[in-house]
Amino acid sequence: MDRPLRLVAANPLDRLARTLEALLVVASRPLPLEEMAEAAGEDAERVETALGLLAERFAEGRSGIVLEKVAGGWAFRASRDAAEACGRLFERPVERGLSAAALETLAVIAYLGPCSRPEIARLRGVAADSVVAGLVERGLIVEAGRDESVGAVRYRVTPLFERVFGLESLSELPRLGDLGADAEEIRGRLETIAEKRPA
Amino acid sequence: MAPVRELELDLEAFEGPFDLLLALVLRDELDLAEVDVAGVVLAFLERLAERDELDLDACGEFLVLVAALLELKARALLAGEGPELEDLDPAAAAEELAQRLAEYRRIKEAAAWLAERLEAERGRFFRLGPAPLAPQSERRLEQQDPTALAAALRALAAEPPAVSLAHLELRFPPVEQFLGRFRGLLARRSRFDFDSEVEGMTRVEQAVAFLALLELRKAGEIELSQAAPFAPIRVQRNAAAKPERREAWTARSA
Repeated sequence: MDRPLRLVAANPLDRLARTLEALLVVASRPLPLEEMAEAAGEDAERVETALGLLAERFAEGRSGIVLEKVAGGWAFRASRDAAEACGRLFERPVERGLSAAALETLAVIAYLGPCSRPEIARLRGVAADSVVAGLVERGLIVEAGRDESVGAVRYRVTPLFERVFGLESLSELPRLGDLGADAEEIRGRLETIAEKRPA
Repeated sequence: MAPVRELELDLEAFEGPFDLLLALVLRDELDLAEVDVAGVVLAFLERLAERDELDLDACGEFLVLVAALLELKARALLAGEGPELEDLDPAAAAEELAQRLAEYRRIKEAAAWLAERLEAERGRFFRLGPAPLAPQSERRLEQQDPTALAAALRALAAEPPAVSLAHLELRFPPVEQFLGRFRGLLARRSRFDFDSEVEGMTRVEQAVAFLALLELRKAGEIELSQAAPFAPIRVQRNAAAKPERREAWTARSA
């Protein structure tokens, strides 16, 4: 967009942008496009255009507040320049001290969820009870019904998980390279060694 | 060649000599699931490659140790599933194990990616608490009838019926009241019919009267007879009764 970003009151699109700005500032969670359209009484297409205007205005390096698309919606966050100052004002207990076991469990649930504790334990080879309880407490995962055959509680990751990890949606998670690449690498190293050895 | 146990390892989960790794694993201080056994094998092969001669003893020892390590790891990963897997033939079991290890490796990769991402997003701050003004579009109520509200209030405003406290006023008449009455009766006539005496009294009074009857019987002042269960109880003065015993009973039950 090459036109100036000053919001002129006369322009209806600018008025809509200001309304959206207000909605975003009172929301404590990412707002989906449709929800904002309903609240603003406008159609989704115009809301999207106005959001584009706002995203440019609230961009990293331009403003202390940054508008981003995250966890299936739009939300404000602090700019990265201000992270240090924010860190002195707030603690971030949600992700502090996530152990390797917690990250593995989180990975299982994010990629394969909803899944139950027995399923996680089967994949990781160790019981998952306390790790799962810790993740629930942090609000990164939440109960999502029960396993139909066994009746075990299943879990899925929360929008907070997506926000903490800065994901627009779970589809942004990278595809898991299968073991093939890994085995290839090991074989390659073995061959290098074999070449070095005198016959 | 230095003994196999001194082989220096530099793995993700462990750094140090091979025998320390074994010791930690055997003492349950290191989770074998975290140990990359392929890394151990590669480290050994790399060292082997640096030498010109092949130390068969060292190789043999290494094979035994790594085989044991792999068996331990396999058991740890398949804990609690023994019976199911025992049915499998070795080839199928190996396949199953390889699959699970592959799955686990993928999960570890995903976890590593998440850890990296978390580190990269360290400077991410955003509002978390519930804001009171956040729009809650899904909470809309249907059109309501105000008279329903009035009816609900009216029901609440009505005086509730007085609660009966009758059961709290249950009073037991003193036993001696019936003792005196029955003794008086027996002074005038030698026998009477208990049922007709207590007729018209409340249940509690009848119970206390019966208690008085038992007291008199125990003291030997009367004799009791009944033709059949639930038939009227006949009370007869005991001719051998002693007056002073009677006084003792009166005193005790007072």
